[in-house]
Amino acid sequence: MTFEIILQAVVSGLLMGLIYALIAAGLSLIFGLMNIVNFAHGEHLMLSMFSSFWLWSLLGLDPIFSIPITVLMMAICGVLTHYFLIRYILKAKMLVQICATFGLSIFIRALAQFLWTPDFRSVDKPLLEGRIEIANIFIGQPQLFASLVCLFAFVILYLFVTKTETGLGLQATAQDREAAEIVGIPSNRMFAIGWAIGLGCVGVAGGMMSNYFFIFTDVGVNFALFAFVAVALGGFGSVIGCLYAGIIIGLVESLGGLLIDPSFKLLYVFAIYLLVVIYRPQGLFGRY
Amino acid sequence: MDSILSNAKLEPVWHTNNKIIFLLASLALFLIIFPLFGPSSFYLHLMIMIFMYAVMAQSWNIIAGLSGQISLGHAVFFGIGAYTSSFLFVEYGITPWIGIFIGMIFSALVAVLIGIPMLRLSGHYFAIATLLIGISFQLVFQRWELVGAASGLWIPLTEGSSWFAFQFHDSKAPYYYIFLIFFILTFLFAWRLSRSKIGFRLRAVRDDYQAASSLGINVAKYKIIAFAISAIVMAPMGSLFAQYILIVDPDRMFSIEISIIVLLMTVLGGIGNIWGPLIGVAILIPVSEYSRMYLGGTGGAVDQIFYGLILMLICIFRPAGLISFFPKHILERKKQR
Repeated sequence: MTFEIILQAVVSGLLMGLIYALIAAGLSLIFGLMNIVNFAHGEHLMLSMFSSFWLWSLLGLDPIFSIPITVLMMAICGVLTHYFLIRYILKAKMLVQICATFGLSIFIRALAQFLWTPDFRSVDKPLLEGRIEIANIFIGQPQLFASLVCLFAFVILYLFVTKTETGLGLQATAQDREAAEIVGIPSNRMFAIGWAIGLGCVGVAGGMMSNYFFIFTDVGVNFALFAFVAVALGGFGSVIGCLYAGIIIGLVESLGGLLIDPSFKLLYVFAIYLLVVIYRPQGLFGRY
Repeated sequence: MDSILSNAKLEPVWHTNNKIIFLLASLALFLIIFPLFGPSSFYLHLMIMIFMYAVMAQSWNIIAGLSGQISLGHAVFFGIGAYTSSFLFVEYGITPWIGIFIGMIFSALVAVLIGIPMLRLSGHYFAIATLLIGISFQLVFQRWELVGAASGLWIPLTEGSSWFAFQFHDSKAPYYYIFLIFFILTFLFAWRLSRSKIGFRLRAVRDDYQAASSLGINVAKYKIIAFAISAIVMAPMGSLFAQYILIVDPDRMFSIEISIIVLLMTVLGGIGNIWGPLIGVAILIPVSEYSRMYLGGTGGAVDQIFYGLILMLICIFRPAGLISFFPKHILERKKQR
């Protein structure tokens, strides 16, 4: 095992980590805002990959150009999810909330399987193909581009949440729903916006990944699990924590796969989850 | 709209008046003589599935309904039960009758080992951890050569029926009675448990763990006890199902669908009530078996679409489950003089 192989694993882990970070940021935003874990997050990712795939296969639109459409569709999907499901379970017990979003995940996955069959699909001959070589390290162009777009989206998300008025409204609602309503922030609209942005993040990640990932109905499961771990690791409701957590998970996954055994990637990430929630339940960057 | 946990009124139907006892006794009698009517093997299979899933849902109900922790990886205990008894039979020729109990012990051990690190987790974090554990177990068993890795264990067929090997090739009736016995025992056990001191302490922990803790209840200990009991109830179903279909493979035994369906049936019927799972099972299993018969295969996943839809609808409109449709006077405990 040479230094170059390890460096190669670090680079690919880093690139994957940026994508995990964006997916986790969407989850964390929703979790922090209304204390509901979206167990259908992986299925939403799957939907966005399929949206990108169908736009390519039916309209011939390359995934790079269909990103805005995919993001818009996912944002609408988020608002609809809030309007038809989440709105009713806001005040319910946690048990009900878990069952409801878990039910949504079963529903979306089964419906997708029914409509599109469980076949594996992929985008043939996308605009971005091939790889570049820097100092004996090979980087796939679609992977590199996807990670950069995700990082860019992440920066925009961070600026939006911390600098704009709507973003501050989101934070206020997350901290104290009733107090925010008293000062005139409509919490219901904030929740809808939170869902739209949360799933919009997933739309970016899914759209970019459809360039080089196989697209099938169960694709989201592992990503959602990693996103759960990243949210726990990064700290409850901390957007910037997700960035570090996503990168850590990406690195653990690729280095663990290289050094121990690639078929048990999930177990290494799971070990991190257990360590974090047991020894530092507030996460690395949690406020409390 | 009632939420699941705050309706203390929907506790078990436990006022044992003569009417209820008569009703239950006649139901039990009917189930015992049912095979004598000579039903087709499809109906026997249907009843076996109902018994099996009722026990599994009851197991989930103990951890979720009594102690308030949502487990999304309950298939783990099913799989451990199935693998333990089958492995002992295939490798050492130990009769599954003993294997069932060893499976229960293993299952309880795993529950305690999982339970100890997850003590401090609650709510979402516990649910996510169980989801991860369920998938990890499947992953490990898919690659564990000793137990046949991805192709699993094939239980060798005996010539003719054998009580020792737990195989009956001529008729499904013996399976029916064995599942029926476990079904009745489990419901009696759950009924006793919900009335016992452990049951009351678990509910206290579930409703307000700080108050429970201040009354001297060891919250951590009781959470582990609930998890272990739930595992013990789940494991024999894995062993029995393995003997019923005679093949044990990680994709089937640790399937996330098992974890989903036990949750769904309990939530549909009414969580925290010992009759809830039975109602959920009595509705969903016939629907699932008939839809498999008429719509064919699992490829279309039509039943899963309905499962997801039902789960969402019940959470929106009837979080206390279908049992909350029953008139109040049946559900509430009679005031004691």
